[in-house]
Amino acid sequence: MTGILQTLGLLGTTKKNRGDLIFEVFLLLMALTLVGLVVLLFVELVAGSFPALPTFGWRFFFSSKWDPVREEFGALPAIYGTIVSSLLALAIAGPIGLLSAIFLAEYAPRWLERPLSFLIELLASIPSVVYGLWGLFVLVPLLRPAELFLNRHLGSIPLFACMPWGIGMLAAVAILAIMILPYSTAVARDVIRAVPRAQREAMLALGATRWETIWYVVVPYARSGIIGGLMLALGRALGETMAVTMLIGNRPEISACLFDPAYTLASQIANEFTEATSALYLSALIELGLVLFAITFLMNIFARLLVMSMGPSGRR
Amino acid sequence: MEKPYAFRKTTSALMAALTVLSAGFSAGILLVLLVYILRQGVAALNWDFFTKNPVPVGEPGGGIANAIVGTFIVVGLAAVFALPIGVGSGVYLSEFGRNRFGDVVRFLADVLSGVPSIIMGIFAYVVVVMQQGHFSALSGGFALGVMMLPVVTRTTEEMLRMVPDSVREAGLALGLPRWRVLIHAVIPAASRGILTGIVLALARVAGETAPLLFTAFGNPYFSVDINQPIATLPYTLFTYAISPYDDWHLKAWGTALVLTALIFVASLLVRSLGEVHYEV
Repeated sequence: MTGILQTLGLLGTTKKNRGDLIFEVFLLLMALTLVGLVVLLFVELVAGSFPALPTFGWRFFFSSKWDPVREEFGALPAIYGTIVSSLLALAIAGPIGLLSAIFLAEYAPRWLERPLSFLIELLASIPSVVYGLWGLFVLVPLLRPAELFLNRHLGSIPLFACMPWGIGMLAAVAILAIMILPYSTAVARDVIRAVPRAQREAMLALGATRWETIWYVVVPYARSGIIGGLMLALGRALGETMAVTMLIGNRPEISACLFDPAYTLASQIANEFTEATSALYLSALIELGLVLFAITFLMNIFARLLVMSMGPSGRR
Repeated sequence: MEKPYAFRKTTSALMAALTVLSAGFSAGILLVLLVYILRQGVAALNWDFFTKNPVPVGEPGGGIANAIVGTFIVVGLAAVFALPIGVGSGVYLSEFGRNRFGDVVRFLADVLSGVPSIIMGIFAYVVVVMQQGHFSALSGGFALGVMMLPVVTRTTEEMLRMVPDSVREAGLALGLPRWRVLIHAVIPAASRGILTGIVLALARVAGETAPLLFTAFGNPYFSVDINQPIATLPYTLFTYAISPYDDWHLKAWGTALVLTALIFVASLLVRSLGEVHYEV
């Protein structure tokens, strides 16, 4: 018992003031509540996945049939849609975010940098559902002619070989890319700014141009932080619900074509949860949540390991 | 580097131009977005919009008074739930958490902050809605509360860490017990930062729709009963946006303007309080 209390920091080597003890126990209880909530969250997700979990087993992950009427549930289209939409969004937002960060940290004069940073960070605080609204009424009507054009002239490529409706995978990717832009920008800007001046000066003194200095010294120096920011952005994209639900078209099918409607784990849950009539249906949706939880959890662990393996930027 | 100097110079200039373009593009999108929200939203605004409840399709007029009040109620419930646990855990981590248990709490808080918001909705549905047997404002508050919990915890810890140890030592040297030193010296010194973190967390969850879809649900009528379904701005906006009616689309823009303005004003006010890190 004393051992446990000591580990929890409740029992020091000297005798404690009673007020201190009460205060510490109170704080400890709050911290334990936090721990309990996270454990409960996981337990409830697993418990809620019954009876779908034993009914479908591994088939749940590999079947693309989602048929509520026959009670056949497979998560593959949603898993595919989640991962593909997020990776494509990251492929667009990542480079733009990094370049914006380089501009903000290296090139921009102070009078321009502050308001620009502020604007880009404001992007992060706009609610997801507002992005969805904007996507639905502004972005989709803009995308559609472009999609029609691609379909007409490059229709032999499977990527563009389907009838564009406007809403679909491409619209979801576009809105996701816009939404995660601030995350990758803000983190990258902060770590680039933290690179010591001596590093730049040394490279410039060797006769390097401004860009060579940035590309061969500053960016490599800050890489663990930059990758961390990209991972953060990817995590956001994987779990993003409202804007995607409004734009992706919500159809549980896998298609190679970018214009086809698709589904993501989050949007499938959002769309069908209140319609789930049977216990099996509801548990299948909760199991989708469990899968999403697992994906984002593994991503976070992976990101940490990656950043750790590269070491803190300060020491090299 | 055997490339000719002129080539290297040009590359450098080109890449610099590319960074300018990227930053301009990012900022440009935000401007377009803001202009749209403002232009479309203003058209929907009038006195009734703020003071009346929604009316059925086809009837002119009506507003979102119930959703404005509902958002404050649900976010208030989230605060009631998250603040004691979040601030308490944060103080614990900063003052007593330099041990293995502290690392566990920190790790789990990080895990929680990475959990997608829709999963908070499932959590609140299973834990609260299923027990109550119906949707309620309470369950929505719970979902948002769990969401803001890790942010409040880590901000509190970070802000307290920034208070120099000399403050703690000075208090202890006066013979005060640790809890008095914390309550009267350390926490007040960090209070502005903590408060900022709390308001930013509140502003962020106020815009969340996904956790409310099957918890607070929505309500066409005015309600302040925390045991009943309640209308909120994000949920109202969502139902208006996906409806097929032009009038409702207009109201969706109006709601978007009110919601975005609310969040911006809260973040700006609190940021003007002092130099703090913006949570992204």
